[in-house]
Amino acid sequence: MSIEIKNLTHTYMAGTPFEMKALDNVSIKIEDGEFIALIGHTGSGKSTLIQHINGLLKPSSGQIIIDGIDITVKKVKLNGIRKKVGLVFQYSEYQLFEETIEKDIAFGPKNLGLSASEVDKRVKRAMNMVGLDYEKYRDISPFDISGGQKRRVAIAGVVAMEPKILILDEPTAGLDPKGRDEILNKIKELKKEYNMTIIIVSHSMEDVAKLADRIIVMHKGKAILDGEPKQIFKQVELLENVGLAVPQVTYLVRELREKGFDISDEIYTIDEAKKQLLKILRR
Amino acid sequence: MEQVINCENVKFIYDNGEKDQRYAIDGLELSVNKGEFLVVLGRNGSGKSTLAKHFNALLIPKEGDVYVKGMNTKDESLTWDIRHNAGMVFQNPDNQIVANIVEEDVAFGPENMGIESNEIRSRVDKALKTVEMYDYRKFAPHLLSGGQKQRVAIAGILAMRPSIIVFDEPTAMLDPIGRREVIKTIIDLNINYNITIVLITHNMEEAVEADRIVVMDEGKIKLSGTPREIFSNVLKMKKIGLDVPQVTELSYELIKSGLDIKNDVLTINEMVEELCRLK
Repeated sequence: MSIEIKNLTHTYMAGTPFEMKALDNVSIKIEDGEFIALIGHTGSGKSTLIQHINGLLKPSSGQIIIDGIDITVKKVKLNGIRKKVGLVFQYSEYQLFEETIEKDIAFGPKNLGLSASEVDKRVKRAMNMVGLDYEKYRDISPFDISGGQKRRVAIAGVVAMEPKILILDEPTAGLDPKGRDEILNKIKELKKEYNMTIIIVSHSMEDVAKLADRIIVMHKGKAILDGEPKQIFKQVELLENVGLAVPQVTYLVRELREKGFDISDEIYTIDEAKKQLLKILRR
Repeated sequence: MEQVINCENVKFIYDNGEKDQRYAIDGLELSVNKGEFLVVLGRNGSGKSTLAKHFNALLIPKEGDVYVKGMNTKDESLTWDIRHNAGMVFQNPDNQIVANIVEEDVAFGPENMGIESNEIRSRVDKALKTVEMYDYRKFAPHLLSGGQKQRVAIAGILAMRPSIIVFDEPTAMLDPIGRREVIKTIIDLNINYNITIVLITHNMEEAVEADRIVVMDEGKIKLSGTPREIFSNVLKMKKIGLDVPQVTELSYELIKSGLDIKNDVLTINEMVEELCRLK
C-alpha cells in the first residue's frame, strides 16, 4: 500500500506566542513494500509526521494520500485508515493491560469485529511471528516476562490487526544488544511474511544500517535527505550538523581514506568493511 | 586505595508472594574505589538496576551487606547520610524533574536538606555552570532537549554535593547529540570534580571511557576488568548477549581471517594505526 505525502505542514499552537512549525512543507512518496527508516534528532518532526500517517494528527495544510484515499478530507472514515496503518508507539510495553498475553494480543483484532476463530488464527500467527511460543506464553501475564518479551507482545498486538503499513517508533529503545537484535530480525521477517510496508523511527544508525532500503532524514520539520543507506551515510558532515551520527565503521572508513586507503566511502556495516579491508591488505 | 562502596555477599529477591522465585542479586561481591569510573554492563533483567538501587539505600539487601563510605545501608538512621553521599540519575529525565523553572528544580534537593538560602543559591549556580546549563536557569524544563533535561537532572544531584553518582542508563532515551552531552558531563565530573561514577549502560562506546567494567549476568558479576580486557573477549560478550564496539568486532573478524592485528582495539584511532601498520 503506497503513501503519498504532499506539502504537509503542521503548526502546533498556531496563533499563540508558542507557535511552532513541527512540519514544514514535507513531500514524501513511499511505495508498497518499502522498508523505510525515519531518522532525526529529538524534536525534528519524526513523531509528528508518523502521527499524521494514521490520522492521529490533522495537517495544518497539505495532503496525505494512503492507497489512493486522501485522509485529510473531512468526511473520510479514519477507522478504515487505522485498520490499514498500524502504529507501535515508543516504549509500547507500557500499553499492555490484559491478564494474559493471548488476551492482550487479541484485543485489537477483536475490536475489528472479526470472528473468534479468525481472532485466534491471527493471535497465533502474530505470536509465532514475534517469536513467542503460543502454548507456552498464551496464559502467562504480560507483566511477568522480561522487557524484551513485553515489547514483542506489544508489537504482536499491532501485527495481529494485520495492517498493510506498520510504523514502529523506536522499537529497540532501552533494550540490551541481544534483545535489540532479536526484535530487529523479527521486524525483517515480518516484512516478508505479511508483505507490509514498514516505517521504523530510530536514533540508532547501526540499527538502521542493518535494515532499511531507504532512509529519510528529518531536521527542523523538513525532510532534508532521502535515499539509500550508502548514499545517506556518505553525508557525514551534514548528518553531524543536524545532531546525528553515522555507524562507527563509517567513521573508521573515512579516517582510512584520509590516510590514503583505497576503500569505498559507501561502507556502513562491519561485514562490508571486513571484505574490503581483506581485499586491500592481502594484496 | 580508599573504597567508597562495598558489597559483601549481597543477595536480593523481589518478593511477589509466588513460588520458585529467583534471586535478582545472587551473592554479589563488589568494591568501588574512590574517584573510580565504573561501568556496569549486562542484559535486561541481569540485576544491574537492582544493584544500583542498593548503592543509595533505595533497596536493602535480603542477605549480606552494602556499605557506602563505611555506612551500612541496613542502618535506617544513616539512610539520609547515605543518600546525600550517593546521588542517582535515572533513564527518563521527565520523571526526575519536579519544578517549573530549571533553577528551582536544581534547588529542590538542597532545600530538602535544610540548607540555608545563600548557600543554596551558590550551589545551584555552580551546579548549573558545571553541566553547562547556567544560561538556561530561568527556562521551563519542557522547552529543553532530552540531553539538556538530563543535565538539569544531574545538576539537581550535584547541588546536594554527593561524592558518588550512580547513573542508570542516563542516555537510553537521548539522540546522539544528547548522549554526547551527557557522557561529556559525566567524564568531566569524574576527572575534574573527583566524583566517583557508577554508570549503567547498553552503549558499548560509552563503556570504553570507563576505568573498569563489570559485566553482570543472573545477579552475579561474570567479568571484571579494564575496557580493553573486557571487550577483547568478543565471543564471551556475545554469548552473554552483549555487544562490543564496532571497531573491536571488526578487528576480531579480521584476525579470524588471518590478519595480524591487535585483538584489543577499542577506538577508531587505534584501528587506523593498526591498519596503517599493515598497509
